[in-house]
Amino acid sequence: MSEAGHLIRLVDGSPRLVADDWRLVDSAADWDSCAGQGAGGLLLPLALAEAQAERVRARAGRPLGVALAPDDDPARAVPFFPHISLIGVQFPKFTDGRGYSSAVLLRTRHGWRGELRALGEVLQDQLFALRRVGFDSYALRADRDPQAALRAFAPFSGTYQGSVDQPLPAYARAGAP
Amino acid sequence: MYRYTDFDQRMVNERVAQFRDQVARWQAGTLSDDELRPLRLQNGLYIQRHAPMLRVAVPYGLLAGFQMRALARIARTWDRGYGHFSTRQNIQFNWIDLEDAPDVLAALADVQMHAIQTSGNCVRNITSDAYAGVAPDEAVDPRPYCELMRQWSTFHPEFSFLPRKFKIAFNASATEDRAATALHDLGFYLRRDAAGAVVADVLAGGGMGRTPVVGAIVRRGLPWRHLPTYTEALLRVYNRYGRRDNMYKARIKILVRALGTEAFAREVDAEFAFLEDGPGTASAAELARIAAGFAPPPYRGFDAAELERDAAALQAQAVAHPGFARWMGRSVRAHRAPGYAAVTLSLKRSGIAPGDADAAVMDALADLADRYSFGELRVTHEQNIVLADVARGDLLALWNEARALGLATPNIGLITDMICCPGGDFCSLANAKSIPIAQALQDRFDDLDYQHDLGDITLNISGCINSCGHHHVGNIGILGVDKQGEEFYQVTLGGVVGPDPQRTAIGGVIGKAFAAEQIPDVVAAILDTYVLLREPEERFIDTVTRIGVGPFKAAAYPAQDEAREAENV
Repeated sequence: MSEAGHLIRLVDGSPRLVADDWRLVDSAADWDSCAGQGAGGLLLPLALAEAQAERVRARAGRPLGVALAPDDDPARAVPFFPHISLIGVQFPKFTDGRGYSSAVLLRTRHGWRGELRALGEVLQDQLFALRRVGFDSYALRADRDPQAALRAFAPFSGTYQGSVDQPLPAYARAGAP
Repeated sequence: MYRYTDFDQRMVNERVAQFRDQVARWQAGTLSDDELRPLRLQNGLYIQRHAPMLRVAVPYGLLAGFQMRALARIARTWDRGYGHFSTRQNIQFNWIDLEDAPDVLAALADVQMHAIQTSGNCVRNITSDAYAGVAPDEAVDPRPYCELMRQWSTFHPEFSFLPRKFKIAFNASATEDRAATALHDLGFYLRRDAAGAVVADVLAGGGMGRTPVVGAIVRRGLPWRHLPTYTEALLRVYNRYGRRDNMYKARIKILVRALGTEAFAREVDAEFAFLEDGPGTASAAELARIAAGFAPPPYRGFDAAELERDAAALQAQAVAHPGFARWMGRSVRAHRAPGYAAVTLSLKRSGIAPGDADAAVMDALADLADRYSFGELRVTHEQNIVLADVARGDLLALWNEARALGLATPNIGLITDMICCPGGDFCSLANAKSIPIAQALQDRFDDLDYQHDLGDITLNISGCINSCGHHHVGNIGILGVDKQGEEFYQVTLGGVVGPDPQRTAIGGVIGKAFAAEQIPDVVAAILDTYVLLREPEERFIDTVTRIGVGPFKAAAYPAQDEAREAENV
């Protein structure tokens, strides 16, 4: 999926560069064409997954995931939870902040426990916030330095408000002064 | 005033380090201009006509003397020796080099100040009443609630890339709104319920710009502990559904209007139902910790005899110095603490752009604060400076000193106390200059007797439809427009900021735009009409409301062919 890019994933809470064996499928025909080859996962746009819901539920062959566009209601992914192992959220522009709310809803409202991946224009200055709202993998834009990105996860040593990573505000946490 | 904890200081320091790294990457070419833009905006840096402008937050308008001196030092070291106080309790420096910005931010952090989220599509600097804590008419001091929300909104991971900017204001006075709350994306009207508990009536969808809207109440009586979670719910609705295809339709006011206030409120309520009483609910202990930072200064407890003596002395001084009496009438406000007054020092006088102060004035203001007001100053929505805690016995001495500094113009609330944006002289968004218009009006209406006869009136000037000069809610509003490369000025009448949204109104355009040189005559004609038609003791805005704009319009356009024509845009 990020053939030329780099995938970072939280491994035991630490960001690591990992191989990306997922492929973004863009149509039913595309799905047909690659279904028999390779073992990596196939990431289906939500609309395609809905159109091919039977096939998703059959879960034959390669692992499946769904990718949400910024305006896709995350609730629509819920019926697929038993059949998928990855949810991707698209950031067509890094200034489009809808995906942060999608992540919060997936993690807190809908209870998604599997991998949650930021896709699209993912740049190092977003990583701190992306991690806070529950993303645990990050498809860094292809032209970016992955080593610099790995170092960019913790510009701040604390946070004021609660989020997915820590629901309590700073003052209410254990050890707060 | 609230002082940073070690944690607060660490957050601000780390923000400086983060931005320093971002600027370094931009200089090295690994961060593009487009990628840097939202990052620098969220650190207060606009690219302006001459250089980047740095907008520094002055939370709730509060400045300690040492902070004001630090601003003076920044003005001298990195700028051209002055700064501009804005309508939203910020100070703007117009000549900062982007390369210097990290050092300037570090200098701010050293004095517990920052430029975090003063621009960009995020939750902006939260504003409130400059007289908070001392105003006799307030139900509760709004500042601890503001600070609670400032901390909640700082570096918020979900709401740093909203469809558009998001401005929050708090008002806690039932008689007057000194923060223009109804014109904010989100406004909290704090009050006490029947049981004495602090609750908020919540307003959403106000704003100025090209679509001025007085916001609507979307929730009544929200217990204060729900401020963070209710705001989270509201921002989530906005973040998800606010328009992103057109920046002119991206403010929350457009979403509220598209859905309808009730439907919008239902959406927010539905989201809030999941968050209500959850882990984000504010705690009384935390509010108390913050509130301690806003505790009153150690007032002298004057006894009855002293109060009587000071009052008698003041009366005698007023008789002896008519100028002092006049200043008392405009610049000195009642105070909660017996024997004290809140004094507004005017930054509006001929020859000075409204809201501007040079480094020497900033230092002098800090000195006055140290000697007369427990070392604290406040910045008002009207771009003036308040010494909030002055002993009444010191007023004459303060007046004499302020007069020597040019800060005692007795024009607070009068026609020359105008609100004005930096306009086309500085701002790259502006269609027209605003400062020369303000200057021309200052000169034209310089006569203090005339000003005092006119009484309360607001005149607000914006250099473009972004409305930073709040012309929409000026009793008289002046808007710079561009017509084929020439600068023209639209005039509006009837705008007013009332104590609640029902009593707040957007002014109406009176007709075709005027050339710059016509504006003083037009304003004079409007004022003459008021003087002619007013009832005894009737304020300008009340006359406009009573008789409508017709007579004013007739006076402003005596003969259509005399007005140079321009399309209203």
